[in-house]
Amino acid sequence: MYSEKVMDHFTNPRNVGEIENPDGVGEVGNAKCGDIMRIYLDIKGDIIEDVKFKTFGCGAAVATSSMVTEMVKGKTIEEALVISNAAVAEALGGLPPAKMHCSNLAADALHSAIQNYKDKQKKE
Amino acid sequence: MKRIYLDHSATTPVDLEVAALMMTYYTEKYGNPSSVHSFGREARQALEEARRQVAELIGATPQEITFTSGGTEADNLAIIGTAEAMSKKGKHLITSSVEHHAVLETCEFLAKNGFELTILPVDAEGIVSVEDVRMAIRPDTILISVMHANNEVGAIQPIVEIGQLAKEHSITFHVDAVQTLGKIPINVKDMNIDLLTVSSHKIYGPKGVGALYVRKGVRLAPRAHGGSQEKKRRSGTENTPGIIGFGKACELIGKRMDKEDARQIILRDKLMNGIIERIKYVKVNGPLGEKRLANNVNVSIRFVEGESLLLSLDMLGIAASSGSACTSGSLDPSHVLLAMGLVHEIAHGSLRFSLGSQNTEEEIDYVLEQLPKIVERLRMMSPLYDQAIHK
Repeated sequence: MYSEKVMDHFTNPRNVGEIENPDGVGEVGNAKCGDIMRIYLDIKGDIIEDVKFKTFGCGAAVATSSMVTEMVKGKTIEEALVISNAAVAEALGGLPPAKMHCSNLAADALHSAIQNYKDKQKKE
Repeated sequence: MKRIYLDHSATTPVDLEVAALMMTYYTEKYGNPSSVHSFGREARQALEEARRQVAELIGATPQEITFTSGGTEADNLAIIGTAEAMSKKGKHLITSSVEHHAVLETCEFLAKNGFELTILPVDAEGIVSVEDVRMAIRPDTILISVMHANNEVGAIQPIVEIGQLAKEHSITFHVDAVQTLGKIPINVKDMNIDLLTVSSHKIYGPKGVGALYVRKGVRLAPRAHGGSQEKKRRSGTENTPGIIGFGKACELIGKRMDKEDARQIILRDKLMNGIIERIKYVKVNGPLGEKRLANNVNVSIRFVEGESLLLSLDMLGIAASSGSACTSGSLDPSHVLLAMGLVHEIAHGSLRFSLGSQNTEEEIDYVLEQLPKIVERLRMMSPLYDQAIHK
């Protein structure tokens, strides 16, 4: 049911973990629906220098989280903001239809982390 | 890679002896049992022998067995057939919240079409209360449908007591025994059962075959109209090889039931206790001891999600199942676990292992060696886990 690429990211997820004192943190989903994704960002200037994730969820949830971290590392904030959930799914070679709406939230988590960074900047 | 199959409540391999017998009736003795000639007669004879074998395993007479395409069709025939035949007497049906979808959805279909439905709750172990059944009975109740044992958590229901109640009130009593046939002794007469659903592919017989026991004298409307087969209850040329395979499977499992049950209980408890000992934050779902099916292990592993567990196990060749939303095809986790009062996040982390006749102690050891590593890996990824352990 999953593509080889999804299984690769599920088996060997990239950038798992946390960043201490991150510049931005974003979390989406809830335990009730079975998926929670949290993304940590380390931002220097405009560039996403480092990114880590922690995810509770199915194979698709883990794989999309891993994929999105790979897609944004070294990118500018502006570039990261245009990455959509659909683009993450596409980069993984597609997801089963049932997974497109429930477990494909990694870009939302990323955007939420960027928003968190921007909110912090405003305060400072 | 060696593969370990621990999903026997989903389906089982066909016994080689059964498969060999079936092959004869596909290629050599392929007659239509309704035909007059010798081809037809030999098929009819074997078909009736299968009917006798199925009847014997449940304490029925052969005339009381109607073959169907499986458990789902038998459940539909039992429930809709009763509703149709008895609608002049009343329109109230009683079932439980942990039934298989084949029962629940069928009852809900009737509830949308002029019938009234009471869905009984279960306790934390997944067991229906006899008192709740008693309270739910009304003068217009025409059917009580409660499963013998639950397919997800292995909870064995108080069928004898419910059967007694149904008899006292002259209500038709249907039992889905798909998970218990060949595992727990069934005697439809002693248990006051009017309609009993059984299925072949859970007992090392072929898929696509089942049966409904219909107690002599019970009124039941047919679901499939046509050529009058199966005493007009279920028209259509009989799946002769399948039915013959089912009959043989019944005979074989009946012979080894007691011994196999005892063997599986040892493996079940080893697996269940081993998981509890090796992994923290685990909850057993369903009852312990005698109220649990011999082949069922169901645990919720907190802070991880069921499908991730299944994928990880599958990569090591271990086949299991889960009640998480991702595997149920809906956004909600298992209706059985929710009915037992589990919160969503714990239901999402459920894992079921169901044992079969070919499982060995070495296989259980292998699962117990691998599962803690899988859980550890997934928990290290889980944002819920660090929240919980840092509390």
